[in-house]
Amino acid sequence: MILAYLPYAIAAWIFLWGLYGIVTSKNLVHQVVCLAILQTSTYVLLLAIGYKVGGTAPVFADIPVGTVVVDPLVQALMLTDIVVEATVMALLLSMVVKANELAGTVDPEELRFLMG
Amino acid sequence: MSARVRTIFFLCSAAGLVAIFIWGFLDLPPLGDYRGPYGNAVVQIAVYERHATDVVNAINYDYRAFDTLGEEFIFFASVLGVLLLFRPTGTDDKGDKHKTKLEDALPISDALRVSMQAMVGTMIVFGVYMVTHGQLTPGGGFQGGVILASAPLVVYLSGDVKTFEAIIASPLIKLAECGGAAGYAAIGTAALLFGTHFLTNIIPLGTTGDLFSSGAIAVISAVVGLEITGGFVLLMKTYLREIVEERLGESE
Repeated sequence: MILAYLPYAIAAWIFLWGLYGIVTSKNLVHQVVCLAILQTSTYVLLLAIGYKVGGTAPVFADIPVGTVVVDPLVQALMLTDIVVEATVMALLLSMVVKANELAGTVDPEELRFLMG
Repeated sequence: MSARVRTIFFLCSAAGLVAIFIWGFLDLPPLGDYRGPYGNAVVQIAVYERHATDVVNAINYDYRAFDTLGEEFIFFASVLGVLLLFRPTGTDDKGDKHKTKLEDALPISDALRVSMQAMVGTMIVFGVYMVTHGQLTPGGGFQGGVILASAPLVVYLSGDVKTFEAIIASPLIKLAECGGAAGYAAIGTAALLFGTHFLTNIIPLGTTGDLFSSGAIAVISAVVGLEITGGFVLLMKTYLREIVEERLGESE
């Protein structure tokens, strides 16, 4: 019974830690990493939803069509997301570098002004 | 907004979030009790309809190819954003003088040098295998592209900075990045010329299990591989340049 809902709890756990990090962070680099952690919770959640009892990978190269497989839709969603997330993180981190160059700080508390 | 107001604002939103969380969790099926109709339908028909044995990629590059096109352009825009933010500004651009000094910023052991050089060939072969066999076995353009893009980094780590610089300076990298993105869109648009919908799989499907099968899935996987490779190498180049300039700036 507990096992049946454990993956969802883990997803929520990861999500909340990520959120906690984002909210309390005093460093933009740390904040970007927390965002990445928060996002990984979606992977756990999606994989858990797509799982079928006894299901194997949805690749029919060496198994006959009709074998019980897990949901390929959620896997397709995640696969693209992992790569895209890496680049989005790169973009965010480059913004942090620029913020540090312009303002001399990476503490979001101190970044209180706008510059053109 | 003062810190106090923000804390209150956060606590209110957090309470809302918790409520939605609990509400959502109550309706989730227990693990293994899969309830989505689409997943079941697509694993039944994908192999017959698209001649692709890897259903995940059949979905990615065919059934929901339009979504993947969107994600592809998120990737493209992100890389473009990094390049734009780190563009040489002119004022602190010391350009060529620093280029030759990439080597100085890299202390390296013999063990790393030898093992890394041995890895490069394997990585490239494996990356190309991943990109081209996406329609048959787990893999595809996204995964293979990342592996291929790591190869130049391994060259750099092995201390062969000259080769690394030749790779990252090559116009082929930008061509791969842009050509990959354009290629995806072009394959989609080509379907319009045949009088069907955008991104319809119009390329002959071939025999299931062959390398050249599944029509557009294999082709799109390849162009995505190109784009991801180009994009990640560009990111690497930009970040390395930034780091090296920083270090040299400190030592001066």
